[in-house]
Amino acid sequence: MAKERKGIEVSLAVAEAVAQADCDVIAAYPITPQTHIVEHLSELVADGHLDAEFVPVESEHSAMSVCCGAAAVGARTFTSTGSQGLALMAEIFFIASSSRLPVVMALANRSLSGPLSIWNDHTDVMMVRDGGWIHVFVENGQEAYDHAFWAFRVAEDPAVRLPVALNIDGFIMTHMIEPIDFEDDELIKRYIPEYRMEKPLHPDNPVSMGCFGMPEIYTEVQMSREQALVDSYTTCIRAWEEWESLTGRRYHPVETYRTDDAEYCIVTMGSLGETAMAAVDELREQGEKVGVIKIRLWRPFPFDDIYRAAAGKDALIVLDRAISFGGPGGPVGLELRSAMCCRPQAPVIVDYVAGLASRDVRVEDFKSIMLEGKAKAAEGDVCGYTLYGLRG
Amino acid sequence: MARPMDEIRWQDVEIGGTCSEPGSSREYKTGSWRSLLPVVDKDMCIRCGVCWLFCPDVAISQSEDGHFQTDEEYCKGCGICARECPVGCITMVIEEE
Repeated sequence: MAKERKGIEVSLAVAEAVAQADCDVIAAYPITPQTHIVEHLSELVADGHLDAEFVPVESEHSAMSVCCGAAAVGARTFTSTGSQGLALMAEIFFIASSSRLPVVMALANRSLSGPLSIWNDHTDVMMVRDGGWIHVFVENGQEAYDHAFWAFRVAEDPAVRLPVALNIDGFIMTHMIEPIDFEDDELIKRYIPEYRMEKPLHPDNPVSMGCFGMPEIYTEVQMSREQALVDSYTTCIRAWEEWESLTGRRYHPVETYRTDDAEYCIVTMGSLGETAMAAVDELREQGEKVGVIKIRLWRPFPFDDIYRAAAGKDALIVLDRAISFGGPGGPVGLELRSAMCCRPQAPVIVDYVAGLASRDVRVEDFKSIMLEGKAKAAEGDVCGYTLYGLRG
Repeated sequence: MARPMDEIRWQDVEIGGTCSEPGSSREYKTGSWRSLLPVVDKDMCIRCGVCWLFCPDVAISQSEDGHFQTDEEYCKGCGICARECPVGCITMVIEEE
């Protein structure tokens, strides 16, 4: 493919990126809650545009199992799912990271049943938050396309070798047609050369993967896994820097918009960041000193980056897209409360949960959340969370 | 000889908990799990091999005289051999500490 700008559905652009990445094995369950990502990849393979094994398995549990096997022998491996598919995949999801297998998954974020729903929110990904994967969230089609390559670049780095989940808001982003700058194949080859795994599973050099972890060793294996995920941060940054040097597009673990002199900021993750920016522009015209902090890297959590963006502000008003039932707030709000704990000049955290199952969060909604959140912060009403737009 | 598990530091864990020494599970003597030991009455034994066939841990082998013997380093004392023996020649005996 040559460098060009195209109007294209984001799912198809991600599939094209996976093909440009010269992926070797794709395993996916092809029916609901699937997106067009693997549908298009199956076409690319069937039509001879991509030389890969496409394995249409009978369930997501098998999809991730096939991916683990493929990654273990050193194949560049991809899958995609969301919602109930991720739930069914959950068992093997954890094994991919514990076995340090660099699977890349486009996670089209969708709500979990019940009640039965496959619309967009972050309840699916938060279920596997502690699964040991690298999680990145993107905001628009261009970011989704770019991060498909970034995901392979980071996952396969010998210093990392961890699976990466590319979180793309389902429907809101996956089913949108957007203008996207495609890069040419040569540039992609420079960014992610052919993958050579150190010590792949091979009959000439037999090893045991997925071993039994007795109580005597389980803790040590978990620590090695934890350290690998924490250490992957530097590779994440370096991979963004390299992408910038090739394309001019630069990404950060935490993105900020009009935050320099802001007194309070709205915190988003995923596609709603763009709506939040529009709301901030309108509030700025009314004289409100507001900004947007967007979390791109969710795991490993960028504690220092988020603190640098937030220190000295009066309040962070968090827009969560999932509920932690019976808990003190949404997952992002909880994380920020922990991240700010015991730090000087830390803002208070006001947590909102909104946009569940694709319920619209419009510019007007963001404005009222920010103004209401600012008032709550001033009153010290900062415990728990608010379910925004709830009737009754 | 694989290093004993309780001496491995987290920094020494192979990537992904991989074990690059195949067959090293032999180093792990599961016989210590046992509280009951199968004892064979050789006079009753008909050397049919049912115990050998059913042992889930491959901890029973046939000796030169055709009888079957338990490998005490790996036998977990599950008692399946005693349950399956068609002539009832295997008795599970409580082991002393």
